[in-house]
Amino acid sequence: MSLSYLPQGMTRRHFIEHLAGASAMAVPAIAFAGALRANAEDLKKRHKAAIMLWMGGGPATIDIWDLKPGAPTAGPFQPIGTSGGEQICEHMPLVAKQMHHLAIVRSMSTREADHNRGRYYMHTGYVPNPNIEHPSYGSVVSHMLAEQTKQLKLEIPAFVAVGGGSVGPGFLGMTYAPFVVNSDGNVRNLKMDVAAARLSERMQMLASLEKSFVKQDRGQSAQDHANILEKTVALMTSKQMEAFKVNSESEAVRDRYGKSAFGRGCLMARRLVEQGVPFVEVDLGGWDTHSNNFKTLGDTKLPELDKAMSALVSDLDERKLLDYTAIIWMGEFGRTPRINGNSGRDHWARSWSVVLGGAGMKGGIAVGRTNADGTDVETEPYTSQDVMATVCKSLGISLETTFTSRNGRPMKIANGGKVIKELFA
Amino acid sequence: MLIVLLTCTSHATGRGAEAVGTSQSAATKKTTAANNPIPQVALVNEHIRQHWAANKLIPSGAATDGEWCRRAYLDVLGRIPRVEELKRFLDEPAHDRKTRLVNRLLGDDYVEEYARNWTTLWTNLLIGRSGGAERRGLVNREGLQQSLRRAFQRNMPYDRLAFELISAKGVSKPGEEGFNGFVNFLAGNLQENGVQATAKTSQIFLGLQIQCTQCHNHPFNDWKQNQFWEMNAFFRQTRPLRRFEKGRDVAAIELINQDFAGENNRPEEAVLFYELRNGLSKAAYPVFVDGAKLKSDSGYVQEVDRRTELAKLMIHSDYLAKAQVNRLWGHFLGYGFTKPVDDMGPHNPPSHPELLDTLAQEFKTRSYNQKELIRWILLSEPYGLSSKFNPKSRKDDPALGEKPMFSHFYLRQMRSEELYESLLVATEAQNTQTSYEQQEATKREWLDQFTLAFGTDDNEETTTFNGTIPQTLMMMNGDLINKATKIDKGSFLHRVASDSKLPNAAKINYLYLAALARKPTAQEITLANELLALRHGDPAAALQDVWWAVLNSNEFILNH
Repeated sequence: MSLSYLPQGMTRRHFIEHLAGASAMAVPAIAFAGALRANAEDLKKRHKAAIMLWMGGGPATIDIWDLKPGAPTAGPFQPIGTSGGEQICEHMPLVAKQMHHLAIVRSMSTREADHNRGRYYMHTGYVPNPNIEHPSYGSVVSHMLAEQTKQLKLEIPAFVAVGGGSVGPGFLGMTYAPFVVNSDGNVRNLKMDVAAARLSERMQMLASLEKSFVKQDRGQSAQDHANILEKTVALMTSKQMEAFKVNSESEAVRDRYGKSAFGRGCLMARRLVEQGVPFVEVDLGGWDTHSNNFKTLGDTKLPELDKAMSALVSDLDERKLLDYTAIIWMGEFGRTPRINGNSGRDHWARSWSVVLGGAGMKGGIAVGRTNADGTDVETEPYTSQDVMATVCKSLGISLETTFTSRNGRPMKIANGGKVIKELFA
Repeated sequence: MLIVLLTCTSHATGRGAEAVGTSQSAATKKTTAANNPIPQVALVNEHIRQHWAANKLIPSGAATDGEWCRRAYLDVLGRIPRVEELKRFLDEPAHDRKTRLVNRLLGDDYVEEYARNWTTLWTNLLIGRSGGAERRGLVNREGLQQSLRRAFQRNMPYDRLAFELISAKGVSKPGEEGFNGFVNFLAGNLQENGVQATAKTSQIFLGLQIQCTQCHNHPFNDWKQNQFWEMNAFFRQTRPLRRFEKGRDVAAIELINQDFAGENNRPEEAVLFYELRNGLSKAAYPVFVDGAKLKSDSGYVQEVDRRTELAKLMIHSDYLAKAQVNRLWGHFLGYGFTKPVDDMGPHNPPSHPELLDTLAQEFKTRSYNQKELIRWILLSEPYGLSSKFNPKSRKDDPALGEKPMFSHFYLRQMRSEELYESLLVATEAQNTQTSYEQQEATKREWLDQFTLAFGTDDNEETTTFNGTIPQTLMMMNGDLINKATKIDKGSFLHRVASDSKLPNAAKINYLYLAALARKPTAQEITLANELLALRHGDPAAALQDVWWAVLNSNEFILNH
């Protein structure tokens, strides 16, 4: 019977009864917790975290961050000035005021223009390979920041994906899998139907079943199941689950982020980061604009993005969290400079943009340049690996880190990508 | 008093249950050896054994009969066996109980359940779990299911099924004149000149992932950009005509073929153009992936029905049988000969190339009879192995990226549909009150909580029923589990608890057989006894705790 299965908080008496023999050890542990708490308050202000704004479908970055007025590939949108040095789309007026915190990388050049492959590649830094599953951003970051998470006594998952599926933990294992939630903050089936004491008794029965099946040596998934059970019970009884409740924020705050699913997701991301969650991914889909690109962007996508993203950046800044929280805005690829017959743009990975900021990365700049019609990158091209390496550096994660996949192969963190130097100048 | 009863476990479950948990008898072993009387089974065993020898692997021992029975029900019917089904199997003579069970599972007794399961699998494969959910979408999920169900009920030969799906014409919605549910596969994939129809048809039926070559040639993929567009040319006559309801919602579509004028307006030689990476345009006409051209490139349907021609080329190609053998093998063994099963291009060589070729040839020779193919796999030696590792099979672990050698059965989690059906079976919830359609609708409503659509042009989606926290929360606290563990009058546990013919020990036994197809161990009995004491001797409440724990266990959710 593994003691860690016992729900926290509610079954202390039961727990201690079972521990009768070990009570001598329990007392110093409680004394130690007091000292740790003081430490944790201090740490909370400075802990590192990252928020990825995932633009599912592949956004037309040529219409958002790298406009080409006058070129045959230009759309109808006009560029506007920003608080940083560069211009962006007129439909992003609120983000424009936050651009001194953000950097546009305009020289992204990748090779994956299929959604599935592109999503995998941009999330992991590796192209899909039938023989190995690579860990995604959230898994890598939550794995590398595990010590910090422990000190913060985080009881909820260290990798939360709001409103989307993200990419899995690969060889890092189910412990680092994304916890997928809806942006309304209601986690399904959280409430248990039986009294805490009875749940704990059931858990003992279950733990025994789990353990004997794991012992039969049938493969990793038996152990994974046991681990997830443990995490689930911790979550069911944790006060930290409050962090998901975006509706407990004032009307004014919710208005600021916008009452869209993405707005709520961004607000939740801020709450989760405050709680000590090291990685949150918020999904905004609907960018696969093969037709009606400009109407879709101008009428719905960009206003929703503008409100939520600007609120997130400024709110983090006001709370002194932005210096420790990296922001990553990207999708699986960009879209064709050429406008197709349906006023749409198709998949295009050769020249596109991502946006980075926070956690010490320099804002107010544009890195790299595309040519006059946006069809090619004219400066040093950057890849998914490079973006990942840059984010890792901002979070203080060593780029010398090498993982060992389950079959013993060494895997360099961020696939050996190079840091985008301009962001740390 | 009750506690004493609980500790005594034998006698109660009937003769057959004695064999649960013991290993296979010598007679059963004999039938799985390389000299199996079914030549195709012998062939599979021979090939698999050659690879074991070459890789210095010693296979794990045979699975227990209980384990084997559980996996056969799960993999063929999509649910675990009922207690009486398990007992019947174990009561049969050891030397041919497996053959008899396979005959039953593929025979008349289970024709409806078989059809239901394979309809579910194929619906998910063809249109995904969220296909048909869009209010203004073109796909009618029920329509596709109805046609698939009829096909599986009569074991339609696989080449015929593929032909029907690729060449389908007609109306998407059941009950409408001209109804043909098969049109729903292509209906949702025809936007943007049928790019997705091209990609999915190649992937699902030919095991070829050519979609990444849509924009340019790829270094890691042998398919060329022209091949993608030449395949795409077959779909250019196809149109979904919308039929509206109340002026705005699409009530149904009719999938038709109409003349394709070509992008240069010369229908007698209807061409399409695609763009190279350097911006130049190139022309494409229908050419099958193996290089076969049509006798004419005319866009007039009267002269050439391009889609029907494609369907013919597909069912006469070697790809079709290979792709389906690979998929079915992967379904039953947990891994196909390639990973993923639908990417069989030259860049991704299979683990057992000769076996794949031979099985595909046999499948073709036996008129693409899917039940025959399933029979060969079920009765093969690798399918009958234990899922336990042994020191000499440890390196055979495809989860680590190794090529699968099938020296033991690979653990895998039940799919959400399998869990749902298994819980119904385990709690003996009879579905007789409602119609098939209502049952499916209730199930879908439950399944929807796990499906996340990415909203991209290829209709990709993912599931949170993937062994992570949301799934565990559902298993611990969800409605379905609450219902399964109810002890009200008329509930499953109430019936078991109040069965005066069953002593308490037999009741625990019964729960273990129902969920895990095995009897409880001595330690598990002891724990059950402790729970009974904690529940102040109330057997129903104690059974409830045991049942909850068993249903939440890894052993329950993992097909082993």
